[in-house]
Amino acid sequence: TFFCFHSDIYFFNICLEDCLSSLWKHILHVSDAVDASSEQIFLWSDTFQLVSVKLTKAAGQDLEAKELSVVLDGVDASPKCIAFGREGEYVASVKEVNLQVFFFKRKQLNRFSVSTVKTKSGNNQFACIACHPTEDCIATGHADGKIRLWRNFYHKKDYTFSTLHWHHDTVMDLAFSMEGTSLLSGGVESVLVLWHNESNCQKDFLPRLGSAIEYISMSSDGTLCCTLHTDNRITIINSNLRFSKSIQGLIKSRDVKTGLVVDPRTKALVLNGEPGHLQFYCLQSDQQLFSLDIVQRQYIHQAGLNQADLVKVAFSAQGKWLATVEEREEVTDPELQLKLWLYDEETQSFKLNTRINMPHEDHITDMCFREMDELEDDSLILVTAGRDCVFKVWVMVEDTDPEGSVSWSCDFVGSYHNYQATNCCFSEDGSLLAVSFEETVTVWDSITWDLKCTFCHPPGKIRNICFGRLTCSKYLIGATDYGFLCCWNLLSCALEWSAHLNVLVLQPDPLSEHIAAVSWLSKESSLFVFKPNEPRPIYIQRNLCKEKIQLAAFVPRDEPETIVSEKYHWLRRSQLFFLTDTQVRNSEVGLTTLLHTPAHVLPSASFLCPIFINSLLISKENKSAEEVADEVEMESEKTEDDSDEERGVTEMEQEDTSAMELLGEMTRKLSKSQEKELRKIRKMDYSWISAF
Amino acid sequence: MGEFEVHRVRFFGLVPAGVRCLACQPRGGRLALARTDGAVEVYNFAANYFQEKVIPGHETRSVEALCWAAGDRLFGAGLSGDITEYDLALLCAARSVDGCGGPIWSMAANSSGTLLAIGCEDGSVKLFQVVPGGIQFERNLDRRKGRILCLSWHPSDTHIAAGSIDFLRVFDVCSGQTVQRIMVNYHVLKVRRECIVWSIAFLSNGTIVTSDSFGRVQFWDWQRGTLMESHTVSTSAVLSLAVSEEEDSIVVGTSTGATYQFQLLPVKMGSLEKRWVRTKPFQHHTHDVRAVAHSSTALISGGLDAQLVIRPLMEKVQKKGYDAALRKFTFPHRRLVSCARKARLLLFQFSQHLELWRLGSTDETGKDGEVLPLCRMPEHLVQLKSKGPEHIYCSCVSPCGSWIAYSTASRFHLYRVQYEGDGVSIKKVPKVPKLLLPAYQLQFSSDSGSLFVASARGSVHVLQLLEPGGCKHLHTFRPPSGSSEAVYLLASSADGHWLAAVGGDWAIHIYDMKCFKVGAGAGGMTPTSLPPWGAGCQWVQRIGPLPVSHCCIPRAGLGMGLWEEMGGGHRWPRLLPSACCPPALQHHSTVPMYNCAVTALAIHPITNNLVIAYSDQQLFEFSIPEKQYTAWSRMVQNCGLHRVWLERDSPITHITFNPKNPSHILLHDTYMFCVLDKSLPLPDNSALLMNQSTLKQLPETARQRQLHAFKICKKFQPLLYADLLDENCLVMVERPIMDIKTQLPLPIQQKKFGT
Repeated sequence: TFFCFHSDIYFFNICLEDCLSSLWKHILHVSDAVDASSEQIFLWSDTFQLVSVKLTKAAGQDLEAKELSVVLDGVDASPKCIAFGREGEYVASVKEVNLQVFFFKRKQLNRFSVSTVKTKSGNNQFACIACHPTEDCIATGHADGKIRLWRNFYHKKDYTFSTLHWHHDTVMDLAFSMEGTSLLSGGVESVLVLWHNESNCQKDFLPRLGSAIEYISMSSDGTLCCTLHTDNRITIINSNLRFSKSIQGLIKSRDVKTGLVVDPRTKALVLNGEPGHLQFYCLQSDQQLFSLDIVQRQYIHQAGLNQADLVKVAFSAQGKWLATVEEREEVTDPELQLKLWLYDEETQSFKLNTRINMPHEDHITDMCFREMDELEDDSLILVTAGRDCVFKVWVMVEDTDPEGSVSWSCDFVGSYHNYQATNCCFSEDGSLLAVSFEETVTVWDSITWDLKCTFCHPPGKIRNICFGRLTCSKYLIGATDYGFLCCWNLLSCALEWSAHLNVLVLQPDPLSEHIAAVSWLSKESSLFVFKPNEPRPIYIQRNLCKEKIQLAAFVPRDEPETIVSEKYHWLRRSQLFFLTDTQVRNSEVGLTTLLHTPAHVLPSASFLCPIFINSLLISKENKSAEEVADEVEMESEKTEDDSDEERGVTEMEQEDTSAMELLGEMTRKLSKSQEKELRKIRKMDYSWISAF
Repeated sequence: MGEFEVHRVRFFGLVPAGVRCLACQPRGGRLALARTDGAVEVYNFAANYFQEKVIPGHETRSVEALCWAAGDRLFGAGLSGDITEYDLALLCAARSVDGCGGPIWSMAANSSGTLLAIGCEDGSVKLFQVVPGGIQFERNLDRRKGRILCLSWHPSDTHIAAGSIDFLRVFDVCSGQTVQRIMVNYHVLKVRRECIVWSIAFLSNGTIVTSDSFGRVQFWDWQRGTLMESHTVSTSAVLSLAVSEEEDSIVVGTSTGATYQFQLLPVKMGSLEKRWVRTKPFQHHTHDVRAVAHSSTALISGGLDAQLVIRPLMEKVQKKGYDAALRKFTFPHRRLVSCARKARLLLFQFSQHLELWRLGSTDETGKDGEVLPLCRMPEHLVQLKSKGPEHIYCSCVSPCGSWIAYSTASRFHLYRVQYEGDGVSIKKVPKVPKLLLPAYQLQFSSDSGSLFVASARGSVHVLQLLEPGGCKHLHTFRPPSGSSEAVYLLASSADGHWLAAVGGDWAIHIYDMKCFKVGAGAGGMTPTSLPPWGAGCQWVQRIGPLPVSHCCIPRAGLGMGLWEEMGGGHRWPRLLPSACCPPALQHHSTVPMYNCAVTALAIHPITNNLVIAYSDQQLFEFSIPEKQYTAWSRMVQNCGLHRVWLERDSPITHITFNPKNPSHILLHDTYMFCVLDKSLPLPDNSALLMNQSTLKQLPETARQRQLHAFKICKKFQPLLYADLLDENCLVMVERPIMDIKTQLPLPIQQKKFGT
């Protein structure tokens, strides 16, 4: 009986931290906890110690921590690197080349290490650990793809291990079946391997799981297992190694290079999905609408390979055309491809229209469409800016063949003093094109392609530019590297106002004059919403989150909301979504979606309730234990804090805890996505719970 | 290290024969090994796994199984159908008994070593009793069709398990009946395929372990006839299997060259339930591992790639040292090459022929590391084929190159080689003296005037070589106290004064040849004028300046006790060393016994110091004239050799000297060549032993400080022979492993990831 539910742990930790603060100063942040027996809990702290805490149940819901003792030192931060042995007899932990096993009854600590010599097959550092449920056997996964099965480890000298080897790269996670007769392993190859009887010769595979397997978990009755993939997807697998179900929300790509783009047609968020694919993600239903294969090449699941990936995406205003740029990072010369896709009404999908090899000599930095409603297709042009110091204008030309099909070709190449072109955007009416060349913004007439004027605000290169909209269409906004936000008046060709702000993201709302700017200062992100015509922001939120916000997007609402509060009036027509990079353990860039929306602008409770109820029902059907805490979830607490701060309502905190108790009791084991849904619900609004 | 012109010889096309079977002496420290050419070798665990004895092969005597019985008697059986007992003192096949069941595939001795069971081609299992002086047929067990490929006795000696094709059988030894028959099938898609039980082991708890041609190691309950556990370790056959004495560990060898260990481990801490778990895999071989053995501290495997691999079990090794080293032996621990320094010839010994080569030469000079072009290519002068089925024991070429001698088990041959311009003529020397054969080692004196023949019972024959092509037996040296073991190493001094011989008992005897030639002993005694002598007999003679009254010989050969007349009626007892004793005048002295095998020895040409290398990598220097270890040798013993040196796993096989640099000792093993400079300090354990490459990069002053006695070169590997031709010219005979691999059949195709 324990908390496989991260939020529960979190809640628990609050209580614990209160009582621990006087006892154990070193536990500053308890990152996770694992159960061994009902009275003892184990925590590992930031100081790389595994601490055992004896708990006694006091009156009511409170628990008291009585005894604290350090069990293991030098514990890796990842929960995959620690495991409890059969019947809680021992605890084992791996870090780098060392394995430590602590026997609770005998109070004996045994340390083993593998040789540090790097062989030609790679390094043999430990990557993960799992313990046999009924026997004294420890399985460890290594960075060179080997699995070692340790036995006899209560003898310091007579210990022995056998080796299983199939993976060619790091074994990411291991899990024993409930009886211990078989072992599951997974890694970057995206193949789940089932080892029978610890034999190297008897193994089964479940290949083509889509992306690298990060976590493996077995259900307590042994009928199901589930794998969590690096792209934020859960696969549920039958015990006979048959694919059963996949739970998938937003696909976590290794690197969101495309930015956050909104598909004008479906209002879906569009970004990198599976490698080489573009995912269309519906925010309302937390579902992937569809995935478009852009690169159309087989992806090889192997670390360290340079494979073509999608880097830029742009939609025409009506969503009829889609432009994509893919590139393969080669040190000497990048391989670039610009593709233009036309939406096919019949198949309800995009169809490749034109493929342009090497549209620029170097990386493409920005891309945008111009489309003026009144002129329709004739006005449609595409501008690409490249690091090869030019921007190119692409137009549609009618083919000579009788079918009258169209294709795209280059119409104009512009440059400015041989500076690299970094950003481009069209004014709302399409008459002006702004292209930033390092420190200078140039404004071009989009019909004659004359250079109209230039703006510069030294020092610092231009990071972002955008035109004001609607009533503010005479303004051009730019953000520079040296922390200036500038607003230029296009009529007077002069600086209207400027503000000292280290802007990372500059995002105009397509349906209003509002522009959102996210700044990064003293290790926190802050949000500023302003109209270009007045230098004072209409909305400020400091300390939005502790992570750098990389990308943001305004997603139009289907219908304008009626918002009472003047402060949130800017959210009437669109919602703002943004993406942060998270400092993940292995220093990859993690992807996090934050639904930063005040509670009162959310969908109604009736919309959310079924999700919650469904999640409860599903969880009873498949008790897939998910005992891992993802980085994504760690984020959620912070938003929660934010929303509390924002509203300053203490009652909500209470509702929060009550909701969680309810969840904790009813659903001990929830799958990732259900968890996610719940998290979202929790973040959003709790008042509906009372109705439930 | 000094600069040498090096003849890098790679034309010795030796292909060592594959290992066919292995047998650990029960409760003993020896390992017997049989090769596919019928040769039998004995390795001594205590002497650092030194290859102590070699019995060369025989064309008709294949060995399929080896076993130790009655303590230290070694038996072999093979496809010729004979059971052969080997004489380990005389190093030859002693006697053979026909098994009367066709080719013998397997043989096993019971735990007390009194009975031998053989498994024959005709499906019979026969019992032989081991009696003094031979074996006696006892009886046949229940005969069924199907060759018996493997056999194992139950430790209580009541039952025998026998593996055959598709089934295994258990015999009751008392009744001789088959009491269990277990089918070992393999079904794939309803098609039965032949399953060969390659190896079998009967454990004391009644479990039978089999390994079969489908890569499985299976554990059977013999009484119920049920399969208890099955482990598939390989996609190809598991050919061999061996169990440790405690029955808690099993080693198996497969036809892909991999070996695996199985261990009996408790399922839970402290519980009695135990299970066999496959633990460590090792891939040391490239071809079939036909034989494995399990000693108390190591896993031993032998493959058709001719390698013997000794993988120590780290948990059983007490301290890190040479016990913990992984050893791979491919080449014999003795020389197969001899060199005629003056004539620049090399003689290569193969199992049934000899090759005489003339080294190439160059007239160019170059810098360090440069390859010099040859102006004359090496030339294959003579190939001498040995007649008959017997393999060659030893061979030698004289320093002048005009004599070649070799010996097989029953014959000794001496040839006179004459060089006329480019042509070579070879003439057999007729009427060689009838000696006690075989000869175990041959050595010509440095003036090529005589030949020393190492023989059985510690004796060394001296043959005088006569022009134009004859020889006569001059004398036979015998150790004064007698010995039953054969002499396996000889060394003669450059001045022809001394001869050192090492026998299988590891005692080093030094004989004085001048003394024997002139016949002039100490104190004016001559061997011819000796009175009859023997234990307890007395005689009085004046020795030296002192008057001697009595003289008695306590025991023949040990020495002589005598009373010296001190004047005034006082007498003083004195013991004369044996060399002074009239009856053993030729025997000069014995080097103090050291408890390890001698792997190489040589006498310094100037100082007449005997340098000895032992199998534990210790080096000694013994001054023959002074009959004691030299000061340098004592210093080495006091300081101790470098840790890395002592952990070396391959024995030193040859020692030679540089006459221009008397302080230099040149020695080599399979993986290194070393110039030992006695004038430099010994390295301590903190220093880098193999420091030649770092020294090269240092400036002169720093280099002087870092210099130490061991100058090691590992450029030439595997090194079969190294010798100094003249003061700055070396010859190195290498045999690259890759060249051997190309001579072997292709290994089993295995899919390798990434290829």
